[in-house]
Amino acid sequence: MFPRLEPLLPLVSKPVQYVGGELNATVKDWDATAVRWCLMYPDAYEVGLPNQGVMILYEILNEQPDVLAERTYAVWPDLERLMREHGVPQFTVDAHRPVGAFDLFGVSFATELGYTNLLTALDLAGIPLHAVDRTEDHPVVLAGGHAAFNPEPIADFLDAAVLGDGEEAVLEITDITRRWKAEGRPGGREELLLRLAETGGVYVPRFHDVEYLPDGRIQRVVPNRDRVPFRVFKRTTMDLDAWPYPKQPLVPLAESVHERMSVEIFRGCTRGCRFCQAGMITRPVRERSIEGIGAMVQRGLAATGFEEVGLLSLSSADHSEIADITKGLADRYEGTNTSLSLPSTRVDAFNVDLANELSRNGRRSGLTFAPEGGSERIRRVINKMVSEEDLIRTVTTAYANGWRQVKLYFMCGLPTETDEDVLQIAEMAKEVIRAGREASGRKDIRCTISIGGFVPKPHTPFQWAAQCDPDTVDARLRKLREAVNSDRSLGRNIGMRYHDGKPSLIEGLLSRGDRRVGRVIERVWREGGRFDGWSEHFSYQRWVDACATELEPLGVSLDWYTTREREETEVLPWDHLDSGLDKEWLWADWQDALDEREQDDCRWTPCFDCGVCPAMGTDIQVGPTGRKLLPITPVGQGSPVRNPALTGG
Amino acid sequence: MARTFERALRRAGVPMAYSQGFSPHPKVSWVGAAPTGVASEAEYVEIQVVREIDPEALRRELDRSLPPGLDVLEAVTARAAGGSLADRIEASLWRIELPGVAPEDLAEATRRLLAAERVEVERLTKDGRRTLDARAAVVSAEVVAGDEPVTDGDQLPAEPTAQVADWPEWARPCGILVAVVRQTTPAVRPDDVLSALRVVADLVPPVPAKATRMAQGRLDDSGVPGTLVDPLAADRAASPTATPSGVDDPAVR
Repeated sequence: MFPRLEPLLPLVSKPVQYVGGELNATVKDWDATAVRWCLMYPDAYEVGLPNQGVMILYEILNEQPDVLAERTYAVWPDLERLMREHGVPQFTVDAHRPVGAFDLFGVSFATELGYTNLLTALDLAGIPLHAVDRTEDHPVVLAGGHAAFNPEPIADFLDAAVLGDGEEAVLEITDITRRWKAEGRPGGREELLLRLAETGGVYVPRFHDVEYLPDGRIQRVVPNRDRVPFRVFKRTTMDLDAWPYPKQPLVPLAESVHERMSVEIFRGCTRGCRFCQAGMITRPVRERSIEGIGAMVQRGLAATGFEEVGLLSLSSADHSEIADITKGLADRYEGTNTSLSLPSTRVDAFNVDLANELSRNGRRSGLTFAPEGGSERIRRVINKMVSEEDLIRTVTTAYANGWRQVKLYFMCGLPTETDEDVLQIAEMAKEVIRAGREASGRKDIRCTISIGGFVPKPHTPFQWAAQCDPDTVDARLRKLREAVNSDRSLGRNIGMRYHDGKPSLIEGLLSRGDRRVGRVIERVWREGGRFDGWSEHFSYQRWVDACATELEPLGVSLDWYTTREREETEVLPWDHLDSGLDKEWLWADWQDALDEREQDDCRWTPCFDCGVCPAMGTDIQVGPTGRKLLPITPVGQGSPVRNPALTGG
Repeated sequence: MARTFERALRRAGVPMAYSQGFSPHPKVSWVGAAPTGVASEAEYVEIQVVREIDPEALRRELDRSLPPGLDVLEAVTARAAGGSLADRIEASLWRIELPGVAPEDLAEATRRLLAAERVEVERLTKDGRRTLDARAAVVSAEVVAGDEPVTDGDQLPAEPTAQVADWPEWARPCGILVAVVRQTTPAVRPDDVLSALRVVADLVPPVPAKATRMAQGRLDDSGVPGTLVDPLAADRAASPTATPSGVDDPAVR
């Protein structure tokens, strides 16, 4: 259908994002395949394209001879308008096929603010918004990604959701679908969904009924079919070395938010930061081996030509062999202008040797750390145990070694937080500047503090917490800015970035909401809500009004879902979705937080019984292996790829 | 384009030389790169490598690494005495198809353009409107009549006996302007030449014109005006063993 789309492209902004043709993209013969997946990242192309989850599944599925996978992204409102005007449906960028023609439509939600974009895509694709209205002619709509750990707010729009790692799950879903199609689609759509639900690893919301108490809380969630289990378990991919994806990362023609090649060096995190949903739902820690990482970097650079390699994970400096990995890669790519980056590093796991290896063969980027809380007390509450001394020591060494800029991330609105906790952020930043000036002997060093609003997330110890209201957050941020500016000589070297607290409150509604919140999402979307993660498109008032209209007749409200603290016995909307975490352990950890008591990391101290390993039959997979990256010799000068055809004159 | 080319160099394993400093870049210089929105069959780029490589191997390996439509036609090793590539490129040969414009109307407009001494056109730049003389840069211009369809054959009606009138309007024979334009500062682009035709003859194509750069080179003063000297000729004639710097010639779709 490209000929129908092409005439519209000169009329929209950045048309290159809709044409596909990325290096390493796959286009297969439609008729030669038995199962066809459309994968979506429900945000703009420039954000969605580099998403590792979609890239991994795209490649795994396309490696199957009889399976086809294509991608689609959220179209901007300018193109949406034209598509409606000219009857052009939601399309894939690979072969420009209509999304409605696929068997399965998998949508990856990294954030809840993509929910309205799901509705746009369904509507443009001609797929009924409500799952119950769909027929055998429509794709099965599945959600994955972190937000799928509480898909209840979008339950009405989904046929199914998959919790956890997708590598093996997509293949299993493919097998079930292939068999059902080959048998002549017995029992129709309902039977296919039942077969998926029966596995215990695919959640089909329509097969679970939610019953409510008179006060609005949930009484219970129960299956309404015999074949459907009470609980749905998350998926865990063990042995990352067996899944070296993406092997052929996509390289777009258009610019994207991450112009680099990424290798996931480990999955999971047990640092135990209590606000961090990712760290809770991806346990246990599973390291990729140093050789596995080396092989992925080598293959990925040859396939893409990128100049930067991102070593990804939730806390990359925590890999048991990070020093050998970075040194080995820096040695191997010496003289090839290939730089390494660790997008997520802890202050206490970082040192300047590591930083020097990262920038040895390329550009020196800024340093970024996330103390998250300004005061020692609040850092005990959230279990982010980095001390101010650690931070000052690390940044001092960095400034002394030639770095000029340090970025610090914090949160505002944390449980038990007071104005004083937030004002400590200013003191910390000033101390960084003071120490940095002394260490570097220069006045022009910079420190940027970036503050995000805290949103309590399901499957974390803070899932019971009251979210801080936006007025309080905004007032604290104003006071913080005054405190930063109170000392002109230090304050002018401190940059401050933050958003107001309103989008966080809506994210909070969508994070901890139940099925009743679906009406709010639909109303917001019908009234024009799109791209809610983008401040220029987000309308707080539209959400507030929709909550008033849709929730209040049901006896609940925006505040009820967000700023209300939950009690231990309350049935949470996601209690039947099992991340492996023991609810009693989570509650105990929540109580520890309120008592300002810390929790250690099970990689270095005995198991603290979070429950994941026994529930999921998994175990920690960490080194050190003691092995080194081979060969140690550099690949050569000027290119990260050794091409025998170009070795001599 | 530049980014796509640099990534292809890395994938192909070309041993690039890098600039020094805080933010090193591979030594790649485009000579008179084509403006956005035009096609080209003749782009020239000079790259510097850290060791001697066989130009034909470079051509083949780089061509293999580039996406379809970006083809490397030739690579030669730069001669020490040959002067920089930039010195050898003075002008471009453009072929500008104007669908919906009759060849005789285009010929008349072109005659007026060449008769003028100076034709000022306006262009919108990021610093605002600027005025430039589009006539001075035009070395030669002629109109060739299209008695053949001017676009890709596979988009035309499949019937070989189809009448011209059956072709979609954009594919019907039309005026084609073939012009040699000097590479000046500020650059005079195909768009500016078309603007000049509007100024002198009120010629406004009904659909956007399609410009293709066909060749680049130095103006040959000895022969017919508007003849271009192949910029790589000197290197090709030279000994194959030369300094470690390469010149190649990827033609853009």
